[in-house]
Amino acid sequence: MDINNIIMAVVVVGGIGLIFGLLLAFAAHIFAVKKDERAEKIQAVLPGANCGSCGYAGCSAYAEAVARGDAPVNGCTVGKAPVAEKIAGIMGVEAGEVKEVVARVMCTGDRASVVYKYEYNGIEDCKAAVKFGGGAKGCQSGCVGLGRCAAACPFDAIHVINGVAVVDDTKCQACGKCVRECPKNLIKLIPKSQRHWVVCSNPETGKFVNQYCKNGCIGCHLCEKECHFDAIHVVDNHAVIDYDKCKNCGLCAKKCPRGVIVSKPRPGAKPKVEVQEG
Amino acid sequence: MVLQIVSIMLSALLTENFVMVKFYGICPFLGVSKKVETSIGMGMAVTFVMALASAFTWVVNKALLIPFGLDYLQTISFILIIAGLVQFVEMFMKKSMPAMYNALGIYLPLITTNCAVLGVTLLNVQNYPDNFIFALLYGIFAALGFTLAMVLMAGIREALDERAVPESFRGFPITLLTAGLMAIAFMGFSGFSIGG
Repeated sequence: MDINNIIMAVVVVGGIGLIFGLLLAFAAHIFAVKKDERAEKIQAVLPGANCGSCGYAGCSAYAEAVARGDAPVNGCTVGKAPVAEKIAGIMGVEAGEVKEVVARVMCTGDRASVVYKYEYNGIEDCKAAVKFGGGAKGCQSGCVGLGRCAAACPFDAIHVINGVAVVDDTKCQACGKCVRECPKNLIKLIPKSQRHWVVCSNPETGKFVNQYCKNGCIGCHLCEKECHFDAIHVVDNHAVIDYDKCKNCGLCAKKCPRGVIVSKPRPGAKPKVEVQEG
Repeated sequence: MVLQIVSIMLSALLTENFVMVKFYGICPFLGVSKKVETSIGMGMAVTFVMALASAFTWVVNKALLIPFGLDYLQTISFILIIAGLVQFVEMFMKKSMPAMYNALGIYLPLITTNCAVLGVTLLNVQNYPDNFIFALLYGIFAALGFTLAMVLMAGIREALDERAVPESFRGFPITLLTAGLMAIAFMGFSGFSIGG
C-alpha cells in the first residue's frame, strides 16, 4: 500500500467535507432563523416528564407555545407553582394562581366489601376484563382493580391495594394519565386542598347497591341535609361534592352511614383516622 | 440521442420507479404520505437534493475519485455530499417555509440516509460514467418518479381516511396493502421498452 494513496484519500474526502462545511457555514449565516431564547430557557426549568397534561405534545412543545404567547405560564401541572413562577420570571409576567389538583379514585369497593360475579383469570388489564360483563365485580361502575392506571402512571403514584386503586398523595403529580386510562372513568382530578371526597360513583339505587357492595353510596340524602353550605347533593343516586362551595368542615363525612365520604386529616394534625371505610 | 433521453426519463419515472419497482426510499414514502400537500413538499425537497447530488457526485467521481484511483471511496464521499445538501435544504426550508418544515419533521433530515438518494448517485456513476447530462436527467426523473409515487399514495390515503375501513386494517395495515397493490400496478409499465 502506497502511502500516497492514504494521503490522497484523506485529502479528497477531507477536502470535500471542508468545502461543504464552509459552504454550509456561509449558508447558515444567510438563512439564520431568529430563535426565541425564552423557549429554551423555559424548557430548562420544566420537569421534562413529557406527560402531556398541559395539552401539548411534550415539554418542548409547551415551552415553544409559552414563548409564542399561546399557552399560559402556569400550564404545567407537574411543576406547579415553583415552575410557574420561574416561567413567569422568564416571560416577565405574573404567575397567577396555580390550582393544585390531585387524582382520586371514586371507588373503595375492595375485595372484602364487594361481591364478585365470577373469577377473572384473563389478561391482567382492566380494559380486557371489562369486555367480560363489565368486569368480575358485581358493581358495574366500580374499580376493576387490575392496575391499568398503575401501569400508566409515570410517577409510581397509584397502586392497586386489595382489589381497588389507591392514589399516593405525596407522589401524584396530577398529570391525568390514569384519568384517561380508566375504563370506568373512576379517577378524577380534584383540588388538593379538598380534604373530603365521595368514593362512590354508582348510579344505581341503594336497593341494588346493597346487593353487591358494602361500601357503596345508597343515595340516602343524609349528607345533603347535614351540609350548611349547599355543597353536597345526591346526583344519579350517589353523593357529589361541589368543590367550589365545600368548606371542608367534614360534617357530611361524620354523618354518612356507609363511610362513603372519606377524609384526609388536616395538614399538621395528629394522624388519627377520622372516618375510614367500614 | 433524443430517443435515449426519452428512454431515460420514462424508465426513471415509470418502469424503474424508485419506490414502486426498486423499493428504495420506503421510509418517507410511508411516513410523509398522509397529506397530498406535505407529500408534494417532500417530493420537491427530495428532487432538489437528488438533482444536485447527481450533479455534484458525478463531478466529484469524474474529477477526483477516478483520476486518483479512489473509486472505493464512492459511498462515503457521496454520503458526505448528500448530507451537506440536505443540511442546506433544511436551513432553506426553516427560513423560507417554516410550516412545511414542521410538517415534514424528522423526515427532512432523514433524506440524508434515504437510500433512494444514495442509490441514484451510485447508479449514475455505474450506468453513465461518461455522460453528465444523462446522469443529471436520471437523477431528476428518478426523484420525480419518487414524488409521483408519494403523491399518488397520499391521494389514496386521503380518500381512505373517509372510508369505513375494518378496525384491524386501519392505519398502517391498509396503507401497506395499498402500497403493495400500487407496486403491482407499476409492474404493468415494465413491459414497455423504448429505443431497445
